Amino acid sequence: MSPDLPYTRYLAPDGRPVTELPGWADDFNLLTRLYRQMVLTRLFDQKAVALQRTGRIGTYAPTLGQEAIGVAIGSLMQAEDVLVPYYRDTAVQLMRGVRMEEILLYWGGDERGSDFADPRAAQDFPICVPIATQALHACGVATAFKIRGEHRVAVTTCGDGATSKGDFLEALNVAGAWQLPVVFVVNNNQWAISVPRRIQCGAPTLAQKALGAGIHGEQVDGNDILAVCDRMRQALARARHGKGPVLLECLSYRLGDHTTADDATRYRCAEEVRHAWEEEPVRRLQAFLAGQGVWDEGREQALIADCQTEVQRAVEAFEAAGVQPLPAVLEHVYARWPSALAEQREMLGERLARRQGGEDHE
Amino acid sequence: MSNGKYTLVEAVNLALHRAMRDDHSVVVLGEDVGVNGGVFRATLGLREAFGFKRVLDTPLAETMLAGLAVGMAAQGLRPVVEIQFMGFIYAATEHLVSHASRLRNRTRGRLSCPMVMRTPMGAGIRAPEHHSESTEALFAHVPGLRVVVPSSPARAYGLLLAAIDDPDPVVFLEPTRLYRMNPQPLVDDGRRLPLDSCFTLREGRDLTLVSWGASVHETLQAAAALAERGVDAEVVDVACLKPLDLDTLEASVRKTGRCVIVHEAPKSCAVGAEIAASLYERVLLDLHAPIQRVAAPDIPPPLYRLEQFYLPGTEDILAACETVLDYA
Repeated sequence: MSPDLPYTRYLAPDGRPVTELPGWADDFNLLTRLYRQMVLTRLFDQKAVALQRTGRIGTYAPTLGQEAIGVAIGSLMQAEDVLVPYYRDTAVQLMRGVRMEEILLYWGGDERGSDFADPRAAQDFPICVPIATQALHACGVATAFKIRGEHRVAVTTCGDGATSKGDFLEALNVAGAWQLPVVFVVNNNQWAISVPRRIQCGAPTLAQKALGAGIHGEQVDGNDILAVCDRMRQALARARHGKGPVLLECLSYRLGDHTTADDATRYRCAEEVRHAWEEEPVRRLQAFLAGQGVWDEGREQALIADCQTEVQRAVEAFEAAGVQPLPAVLEHVYARWPSALAEQREMLGERLARRQGGEDHE
Repeated sequence: MSNGKYTLVEAVNLALHRAMRDDHSVVVLGEDVGVNGGVFRATLGLREAFGFKRVLDTPLAETMLAGLAVGMAAQGLRPVVEIQFMGFIYAATEHLVSHASRLRNRTRGRLSCPMVMRTPMGAGIRAPEHHSESTEALFAHVPGLRVVVPSSPARAYGLLLAAIDDPDPVVFLEPTRLYRMNPQPLVDDGRRLPLDSCFTLREGRDLTLVSWGASVHETLQAAAALAERGVDAEVVDVACLKPLDLDTLEASVRKTGRCVIVHEAPKSCAVGAEIAASLYERVLLDLHAPIQRVAAPDIPPPLYRLEQFYLPGTEDILAACETVLDYA
């Protein structure tokens, strides 16, 4: 039996409202800014995949199809909140001020990519590669907020596969027991690499996992940015004002491969993917804005050109960054260098000397 | 505690009180640490002294404890987590290895993880299955972690304060067998002992005995027995298993030319093997005999009727000493 959980959708796939819209939905300046960010994210994502295909960065996890979720989260979090993201969070990281060149540095194999320069992201976690562990870190961050009496919120994201992990369930459990100021956003994109949602879990919804932890859970159409913004706004307000954590299950679809090392055509049918493209978030908001008379082809072309320029500048900045000097790999393992590492610095120096004539590490 | 004498577990408690009093960012969390004061009473009185916001009884979930500490530490708190027994620490391992130990490095120092994970370790208290482990080598292998094992009340006090101060994650292993053995005079002066350093407990010329944790007790007994026979043994308490203070160990073995390493962890791939290998790299030509290891066999700690045969005893250490002393 399925528990009666709320589900929110404002826009049909063709961009037409399906119900009365929230009051703020007539703020077309806001909506066009969100739209711009979704387009920018998508173009950046395409570029990152292209860079991987040409060997200029390493494995990359595309965010294609999930732009609405990340942009909504990022647009509503306050600067003093803390993001504890997973590895498919390019959209929300960009909204937090993480620079495109930093994201490229990370996927390009350089730790400097997680040393965010923007003050908004200064306390944000780097993306988490192990599955669901970040949910617990977010609870720790939220515990610190609660102990200090701060009205800040920790926001953590994960995919549908992560909800099967003990870490996720332990995080929900402690968040409920302690009523922590944390929002869990599950990006249910239907696929955990090759395992479809129906095999992942026997429960009818993932949001209902919140109920066992005594916290609020609900579903939202993750391709409808109006719906995600609306529910995310409520979730953040609730957590910020001490009314407890929220689990928001955003229903979306991973339009791309799991990563650039994956080939999704091995395990899912073209018809399903074609149908998912009809639901996708960027075209949906574009159609809505066009229907409201505030968007047209000319604006679209100008926007794309503008975003492509921005992406290209980031690629140039990334490629100009060069390789870190070799000792950098030792520098931050401990705050205070143990003598063993001093010795191993010499070992690395000798290794470098033996390979001189290769790449210049300074 | 009476007449200024403290057991090891009382010294841990004293250090926690001191750390929480001196630094408001120190927070203690774990199962039963609050109202109950911990199953060994290491956290006794902390809840009364510092309140429920800083002494947190948690849900029963070790993975959660470790993950929570990572998030708290990244926010500038200094969480001190209690795991009730080392046999239960494995659920927390992913967070120690994949997150706590790497957060500073991954972010080029932007975020750090000043957490301490305390747990009783070792056999010898007739505990149930899974309560007698000494798997310190698992953690000593991990870059970015510190692994500290005190062997006396004074070192428990000074090293725990230093561990809590440390800007990086520390796994702090408390030998259960020593918890209530040999109370020792202790002044609660807040004095830290250095991490990453061995402690030479006894100077000697003839051979070096290297140990840590509860085995230091039998090692000192062996040294005393050797002294009665006119053999002058130096005893070094390693105390910090990661990173190792190889310089002190090297200097001692270079002086004595003979070395016996004593630990209660299973022999293979243990920290003793690391110490022996490092010493061979550094002082091979100064050695008069092959380094000997006195350790537990490569088996799970047996249930308590036979645990005394699992643990290295004084006579086992003396036998190894004879081997290195008699070597031609």
